[in-house]
Amino acid sequence: MDLRYTAEEQQFRTEVRGFIDAQLPPDISDKVLRGKHLQREDWLRWHRLLHQRGWSTPNWPTEFGGPGWNAAQQHIFEDECADAGAPPLMPFGIRMVAPVIMAFGSRVQQDRFLPRIRSGDHWWAQGYSEPGSGSDLASLRMRAERRGDAYVCNGQKTWTTLAQYADWIFCLVRTAPDRKPQQGISFLLIDMKTPGVTVRPIYTLDGEAEVNEVWFEDVEVPVDNLVGEENQGWTYAKYLLGHERTGNAGVGNCKRWLKMLKHIATEQKASGRRLIDEPRFRDRIAQVEIELMALDVTMMRVIAMELAKRAPGPEASILKVQGSEIQQTLTELMMHALGPRALPFQPAALEVGYAGPLAGPDYAVPVTGRYLNHRKASIYAGSNEIQRNIIAKHLLGL
Amino acid sequence: MNFDFSEEQNQLREALGRLLDRGYEFGRRKQIIASDAGWSRELWRQLAELGALSFALPEAHGGAGGTAIDTLVVMEALGRRLVVEPYVPAIVLGAGLVARAGSDAQRAHLLTRVASGYHLLALAHDEPDSRYELARVATRARADGAGFVLDGTKTVVLGGSAADTLIVSARTAGEPGDPDGISLFLVDAGAPGVSRLGYQTQDNHRAADVTLGGVRVGGDALLGPAGGGAALVEHAIEHGIAAVCGEALGVMAMLVELTASYVKTRKQFGVPIGSFQALQHRLADMLMRVESARSMTYLLATTVDSADAAARRRTTAAAKAIVSQAGRFVGQGAIQLHGGIGVTDEAPVSHYFKRMTVITMMFGDADHHLARFSDLMERGA
Repeated sequence: MDLRYTAEEQQFRTEVRGFIDAQLPPDISDKVLRGKHLQREDWLRWHRLLHQRGWSTPNWPTEFGGPGWNAAQQHIFEDECADAGAPPLMPFGIRMVAPVIMAFGSRVQQDRFLPRIRSGDHWWAQGYSEPGSGSDLASLRMRAERRGDAYVCNGQKTWTTLAQYADWIFCLVRTAPDRKPQQGISFLLIDMKTPGVTVRPIYTLDGEAEVNEVWFEDVEVPVDNLVGEENQGWTYAKYLLGHERTGNAGVGNCKRWLKMLKHIATEQKASGRRLIDEPRFRDRIAQVEIELMALDVTMMRVIAMELAKRAPGPEASILKVQGSEIQQTLTELMMHALGPRALPFQPAALEVGYAGPLAGPDYAVPVTGRYLNHRKASIYAGSNEIQRNIIAKHLLGL
Repeated sequence: MNFDFSEEQNQLREALGRLLDRGYEFGRRKQIIASDAGWSRELWRQLAELGALSFALPEAHGGAGGTAIDTLVVMEALGRRLVVEPYVPAIVLGAGLVARAGSDAQRAHLLTRVASGYHLLALAHDEPDSRYELARVATRARADGAGFVLDGTKTVVLGGSAADTLIVSARTAGEPGDPDGISLFLVDAGAPGVSRLGYQTQDNHRAADVTLGGVRVGGDALLGPAGGGAALVEHAIEHGIAAVCGEALGVMAMLVELTASYVKTRKQFGVPIGSFQALQHRLADMLMRVESARSMTYLLATTVDSADAAARRRTTAAAKAIVSQAGRFVGQGAIQLHGGIGVTDEAPVSHYFKRMTVITMMFGDADHHLARFSDLMERGA
C-alpha cells in the first residue's frame, strides 16, 4: 500500500497545471473563484482551449479522439481544474451521451456526434426526468410513435439543466406502451431546433434558471437518431448510470470551498476576534475538513479499483451520498460564517460588470445563493435515499 | 498510488484468520476472559510462532522490519475475532518504543524475548489528572547516585497486570503540563515499591493501576534521552492509534456483517426485518461510516512511520476522530438493529460493541482529536 502519486503522475500533474496556468483565461477563473455567473460562451471558450490541446474529453479513449487517460490521470486533471477555478466541463455530452453512443451507437452516429461533442459545437442536455417520473424513472411517459422514417414525440421532460443553451438533447422515450415499463423505452437523440420543442425556465429558490422544462409537441425525429435498438433504451440508461462513477463526489470543488470557508472565517469577526479563532466555529470547519479528507481517500480507493480493472459499482453510491452531504455542509457553513451578513441577497451583483452598491463584502455575494442552490445535491443524480437503497441491496444484500 | 496489500501481508492475514478461526471461536474466548489471567499465553505463543508479534520489529532482533501497514493487517484480523491478548500494549506501544528509543543493550535484552512471546511490556503513562493530555505527567524521577528513584501513580495501564517490564514516564525536570523534562524508564514490574491493582476493563481486556513508591532503578533503565520522553510517547501513542484504528476496522466490519445477517433472518410481520427501508438505510449509513474509517485508517497507516511529525499529528487526530465517530455510530446502530437480543451477553454483537466503545475512548476520544485537529488548523496570523 502506498498512497503517494507516482513520479509519472506527479509529472502529469505538473503538465496539467502548466497548461491551465498558461491557457485558462483570467476573466473566467475570476468568475468561478468569486462565484460570479458564467455565460454559455465562458464554458465554451474553456472547452475549445482544452479541445486544441486534445483534453476536452478527459474520459474518452484515444479510439474516439480522447486523451486515453486512466482513472488517476482523470482525477488529477479534475483536481487541478477545480483548484484553478476552471469552469467544470459539462457532463451531458462528454460523460453521459458519448459513452452510450460509443457503446451502442451506429458508426454513422459516432462519426456525426462524437467529434462535435469534442469540439464543443454541440451542447447536449439530458432528457430523463419527467413531472411524474423522478426516482421511478422507468415510469416515464413521453411518447415516440414510429411514422415512416420518423418518431413523432409528445410529452415533457423536466429538471433539464441548462437546456436553454443546448443544441441537442438525449431522451428516454416510450415506444411500446403496452409492454412492461422497462421494456418499452428507447434512447433518442433530438435536435433542439426541431419544430415543436419548447424550453421553459424553472426558477429555483435561489432565483436562478439553471433548470428547465422541455416540452415536445409532435416533434419529428428521424429514425436514424435512435441509438441501438428500439425498446432497449433502459439497458443503455443503466449503462450510463454505471458510468457516473466518481464525478458526483465533487471533491475538487469541495477542496476549493473549504479554502473559501476558511477565508470567510478569517475575515469575519466574532466577539472582537476573528471567527476562525473561535473554537466552537472552528471545530465545525475541522469536522467537515476531516470528512473531506476521508472522502478524498475513498475516492482514490475507487480510482485504484478502476486502475486495477475491478469495476466499482455500488461504491459510487457512497461517493455520491458523502460528497453531496459535504457539499451541503460547506455551503451551509459558508453562510453561517457570514452570520447576519448572509441576509442581503443581491443576485444582480453576480453579473460581470455590475457596478451598483454592495450590501456587504464582495465574497459574501454568492454565498447564500450557493447554499440555497446546493440543496439540490442530495436530490439529483439519484436521490441520496435511492443511493442508500442501492447500497443496502448491492453491498449489504438486503 | 495503490491500496493493495503485499503477498506477505495477505499470507499473514490468512494465517492469522486460520489460527483464530480454530482457536478463538466465541465459546473459547468466553473461557479465556473468564480465566484468572483473563488472556491466553497459549494463543500468545501461537501468535509468536506465526511471527505476528515480531513482524514490525527490526530484523536484527528477530523481526521482519515491517511497517504500520503490517501492523494494520494484524490488528484488523485481531479485531474480527475480538482478541483480548495484549497486542497493543506489549507489541505496538512497548516493543515499538524500545525499538525506536532503546540502546543496543536494551533492544538486545528485551526485543527477542518479547518477539518470542516470553516477555511482556506495558506503557505506564496516564495519571489520575492527565485525561488525554500527554504532557500532564506528575510522577517524579529523582536522581540518586547513578540511578533514579521513582514516585507516582499511573492509571489504566493497558496490559499492566500481565507485564514483566513497565515503561514508566516520569519527570526528571519541569512541572505537569511541560512537554520538556519527561523521561522514560524500564521498570521491572516485580521491583520493590511497585504495586499493581489489576482489573478487567468494560471490554474484558485487562489493565492495572500502578503505584510507584520509592522505586529504585539503575542509570541503564533510562529509555531514550533524559527529559526528551514526550516526543517518544507521542509517537508511540500515534502508533497505538494507528493500531486500534486497524482493529476498529475488523470490529466494525463484524458489527455490520453480524447485523446484516441478523436482519435477513429475523422475521416480524411475516417478513425479514431487513426488508424494511428504515433499517436498510441505517445499515447503509453504518457501511458508509466504515468506509470513511477505512480510508482514514489507510491514510494513517501510511503516515505514522513518517519522520514528518506535523503530518503525523494532523493525520492521527483526523483519523482517530473519524474512526471514533464511526465506531460509536456503527456500534450503537448494530445493537439497535439487533433489538432485544443485542443487549444480551450471549450475543456476540454486544461484545463487539463493548470493544468498539473502548476503542473510541482509547488514546483520546472523538472530541479530543477533533479539537486537536481544529487547533492545528492553519489560520494565518
